[in-house]
Amino acid sequence: MMDTSSWMTIYPEIVLLVMACVIALADLFVKSPKRTATYALTLLSLGGVAWLHAMYADAGQTLYGFGRLVVSDPMGHWLKCFATIAVMVTLVYSRPYAADRDMLRGGEIFSLSMFALLGMSFMISGQNFIVIYLGLELLTLSSYALVALRRDHTQATEAAMKYFVLGAMASGFLLYGMSMMYGATGSLELSAVFKAVASGHVNHQVLVFGLVFIVAGLAFKIGAVPFHMWIPDVYQGAPTAATLMIGGAPKLAAFAIMIRLLVEGLLPLAFDWQQMLSFLAIGSLVVGNLAAIAQTNLKRMLAYSTIAQMGFVLLGFVAGVINGQTTLAANAYSSAMFYIVSYVLTTLASFGVIMLLARQGFESEEITDLAGLNQRSPLYAGVMAICLFSMAGIPPMVGFYAKLSVLQSLIVSGQSFYIGLAIFAVLMSLIGAFYYLRVVKVMYFDEPVTATTVSATTDVRVVLSVNGLLVLVLGIVPGALMALCADAIARMLAV
Amino acid sequence: MGLLSLAIWMPIAFGVILLAFGRDSQARAVRWLALIGSVVSFLATLPLYSGFQLGTSAMQFVEKAPWIERFNVHYHLGVDGISLWLVLLTAFINVIVVIAGWEVITRKVNQYMAAFLILSGLMIGVFSALDGILFYVFFEATLIPMYLIIGIWGGPNKIYAAFKFFLYTLMGSLLTLIALIYLYTASNGSFDILTWHKLQLSGTVQTLLFFAFFAAFAVKVPMWPVHTWLPDVHVEAPTGGSAVLAAIMLKLGAYGFLRFSMPIAPDAAREWGMFIIVLSLVAVVYVGLVAMVQQDMKKLVAYSSVAHMGFVTLGFFIFNPLGVSGGIVQMIAHGFVSAAMFLSIGVLYDRVHSREIASYGGVVNTMPKFAAFALFFSMANCGLPGTAGFVGEWMVILGAVKFNFWIGALSASALIFGAAYTLWMFKRVYLGPVANDDVKALTDINAREFLVMALLAAAVLYMGVYPKPFTDVMDTSVADLLKHVALSKLP
Repeated sequence: MMDTSSWMTIYPEIVLLVMACVIALADLFVKSPKRTATYALTLLSLGGVAWLHAMYADAGQTLYGFGRLVVSDPMGHWLKCFATIAVMVTLVYSRPYAADRDMLRGGEIFSLSMFALLGMSFMISGQNFIVIYLGLELLTLSSYALVALRRDHTQATEAAMKYFVLGAMASGFLLYGMSMMYGATGSLELSAVFKAVASGHVNHQVLVFGLVFIVAGLAFKIGAVPFHMWIPDVYQGAPTAATLMIGGAPKLAAFAIMIRLLVEGLLPLAFDWQQMLSFLAIGSLVVGNLAAIAQTNLKRMLAYSTIAQMGFVLLGFVAGVINGQTTLAANAYSSAMFYIVSYVLTTLASFGVIMLLARQGFESEEITDLAGLNQRSPLYAGVMAICLFSMAGIPPMVGFYAKLSVLQSLIVSGQSFYIGLAIFAVLMSLIGAFYYLRVVKVMYFDEPVTATTVSATTDVRVVLSVNGLLVLVLGIVPGALMALCADAIARMLAV
Repeated sequence: MGLLSLAIWMPIAFGVILLAFGRDSQARAVRWLALIGSVVSFLATLPLYSGFQLGTSAMQFVEKAPWIERFNVHYHLGVDGISLWLVLLTAFINVIVVIAGWEVITRKVNQYMAAFLILSGLMIGVFSALDGILFYVFFEATLIPMYLIIGIWGGPNKIYAAFKFFLYTLMGSLLTLIALIYLYTASNGSFDILTWHKLQLSGTVQTLLFFAFFAAFAVKVPMWPVHTWLPDVHVEAPTGGSAVLAAIMLKLGAYGFLRFSMPIAPDAAREWGMFIIVLSLVAVVYVGLVAMVQQDMKKLVAYSSVAHMGFVTLGFFIFNPLGVSGGIVQMIAHGFVSAAMFLSIGVLYDRVHSREIASYGGVVNTMPKFAAFALFFSMANCGLPGTAGFVGEWMVILGAVKFNFWIGALSASALIFGAAYTLWMFKRVYLGPVANDDVKALTDINAREFLVMALLAAAVLYMGVYPKPFTDVMDTSVADLLKHVALSKLP
C-alpha cells in the first residue's frame, strides 16, 4: 500500500514537519532577543510550503494516499496554502508584540505555530476519522501551549485553562460521534461511511445519534451558539498573538473538516444536519450580533463578531441539498468557502492593527484605545476601517461578496424557509453594522487620548498594508477568488 | 476606457491620490489638486451630453465586460434620457462643493476633498450602472464617504447623525439586496437590469419586490413617514455634505423608482400607485407645514427638501409623461436649488456659527451682494416662474390635474406653503434692521463664495428660462418607460 505516490500526497506536510523540527533545534543556537534568524527561517520554510501547496492545487489532481487515509485535492491544497500564508502573516504581526511581552525567550512560538499548521494540514486532508481527529488534536495541543506562552500572566493562563478544558470536551464529543458512526457503518474511512449510509441499510437512529455528537463537536470548534462560550473568554484572555493564531488559520481547517465529515462522509444525512446547522446559525447570528453590541473590549467584541460570522458560514452549508437533490451543493459550499477565506483575510488585518497599537506594558484592547487613530496614523486607521466595513458586509469590501454568495445560495434554493433565513440574516447584519461602525466612529470621530505615534517595523508595515489593501482589492475584483473556490468545491464533489 | 468609466473613475482616482499623498501641511496643494480633479471630471462628462442621441430610449455609451463570472455579473454601464442629466449634475455639484469647502475646512483637508471626489464617482456609478450588483455596490458604497464626512467634519451632535444616516439607509437597502438576488434566481441567473425589465412576474412576487425596492428608495428619497433621518443629518452635516446629500443623494432613491420599481414590477406599481401618491401628498402638504415652524435654517431647508421630493415621487406615480418628466426636471432643479440653499446657509454659518433664524436679522444691510443671491435662490425654492424650481413643479401639477383634479389642486396648494416658509425665513434672516452685533460685524461674500453662488445662480436661471435641453433629452425615454409600465407583466 505504501507506494511512492502515497508519499507524494503528503510531501508538503513532510517538509513542514522536518522544518518544524529543524527550527526547534536550530533555535537553541540563536542568541538574538528578537529571534531574527529563527523568524527568517520559519517564514522561508512556510513560504516554501505555501508554494508547494499552490503547485499541487494548481495541478488540479485528486490523489489518495496510504490506502485512503489522506487525500490530495485542489480544495485541500488551496485551504492549506491559505492557512500557511495566514500563519506566516500571523507570525509577522506577532513578533514585535511577542518580543515586548517576554514571549520570545525561546523560539517556541515558531515551532508551535508550525506544529499547529501541521495539525491543520491533516485536518484538511484527512479522509479517515482517526486522521482528522489526530490532526485536530495536534492543532489544539499546540494552541493550548501558545495561549499559555505568557507564563507570568494570569489572564492568559486562565484563558489557556478554559480553552483546554472546553476544547478537550469538544474533542470528546467529536470522538464519541465518530465512534458511533464507526459502530453503525463498520468503517472509519469517509468514503466507506458515505456508501454505507447511502445504502440505507444502517439504522437511521444510530446514525443521527452519532451525527448529533459530530455536529456538536464541530460547532464547538468553530464556536457556534450554543457551544460558543469559550470564544469570548479565550479571545480576550489570550495574548493577541495567540488569539490570532487561534482565530485566523484554524478557521480554514475547521471549515475543511466540516466539508470532509459532513459532505464527504455524511452527505446522505444532509437533511438531518442541515436542520441542525440552521438552528446553530440562527443562534450564532442572534447571540453574536447582540452580545457584540454590549462589549467595550475590542478583542471580546471581535470574538462575538466571529460567532456571528460563523453563523453566516453555517448558512452556506444549509442549502446544499434540497429535496434530496445535490444540484445546488457546489454553489452552496463554495459560497461558504469563499466566506471563510475572506473572513480569515479580514481577521488577520484587524488583529494585526490591534497588535501594532499595543506597546510594551500596554495592550490596546479596549475600543476606546483606538480613539482618534485617524489623526495618529491615517494608514492603519484606514486598514482597520476597511476591515470593519468588510465584516459589516458593506461593498466594495470583500465581506460584501461573501455575504452575497451565502445569501444567494439560500435564495436560489427557492424554499420559503431558506428565503426567510436570508432575510433574517440580513436583518441581523444590520445590527452587526452598528457595532462595527462604532469602532470606525471611535477611530475617526473621537479625539485621540494619547499623542503617541504609531511606529511599525518595515515587515509589519508592508504586510499589514498589503493585507488591508487586499480586503479592498478582492472586493473590487472578487471574480478570481470566487472562481477558485467554486472550482475547488466542484472537483471535491465530483469525486 | 469609455466616457462613463472615465466619469466614474477619474474623481475616484484623484481621491485616492489625495488620500495617499495629501498632508495637512500642504493643504494648498491638496485643495488645488482636488479642484483640478473635480473640474477635469466634470469636463469629462460633457461629451456625454454633446454626443447624446435624441429620439431613442436605448442605453447609450454602453460599456459591458464580464466582472464576476461566477454570478454572471457584468461591469455594465449606460445612460439614457433619465440618467444623463443626473450624471452631469453630480459632476457639477462636486466642483461646487470643492470650491465651497476651500478655506472652511482646515482639518484633514485631503480626506475631506477625497471623500467628496470618491463620493461623486460612486454616485455617477449609481446613475449609470445597468447591472443589479454593480448598482448595489455603488449605491451602498456611497454610505462610507458620507458617513465619514458627517462624522468627522459635522456639528456638535454629529455622531448621532452619522449613525442615523448610515443605519437608516442600510436597513432599507438590505431588503433590496434580497430582491436583487431573488430577481437573479427568477431570471435564471442574470443580474442585468434590462433583462429584468422584460421578466414576467406574478402579482404577489411583483408586490413583494415593489416593497423591497420601496424600502430602500423611499428611505433614500426620503418619503414621509421615513423622512425623519434627513433633518437630523442635514443639521449636523458640514455645508458641503448637506449640499451633496440634498442635491444628489436623495436623487439616488428617486432614480431607483424609475430604474427598478416601475419597470420591473409595473403591475404592482400601478396597483400601489395611489399609495405612493398619498404618501407624496402628505410630504408635500404636511411636511411643508412642518417646515414653516422650524427655528433652524438647515432644518427648514431639509423639510423643504422632503416636500420638494414629494413632488418628484408624485410626478412619477401619476403615470403620465408630464408627471414623470416633471419629476425628473424637479430632481435636477432641486439639485441646483437645494445645494444653493445649503451653501447660502453655510456662508452665514461660517461667519456667525449659528443656524438659528433668531440669531440673524437685517443681513441685507451688511451683506448686500450675498442677500441678492439668497433672495434669488429663495425665489427658486418657492418655484417662481423663470427659475428652475418652477419648471418641474409646474409640469408635475399639470400632470396631476390631468390625472385627477383634486390631487392636482392639493399639490398646487403646496406652492403657497413653499412660498410662505421660504420667504418668511428670508424676511427674518435678511430683512429689517441689523439685529445684533454679530450681524453688524458680517463681511460680504468674497470672490470664491461669489463664484460658487454665481455658478449655481446661472444654472438655476438657465434651467428656468430655457428648460428645453433638459426636457428634450428625457422625452423619448420617459415615453417608452410609460409605455413599458402600461403593459402587464403578469404571466
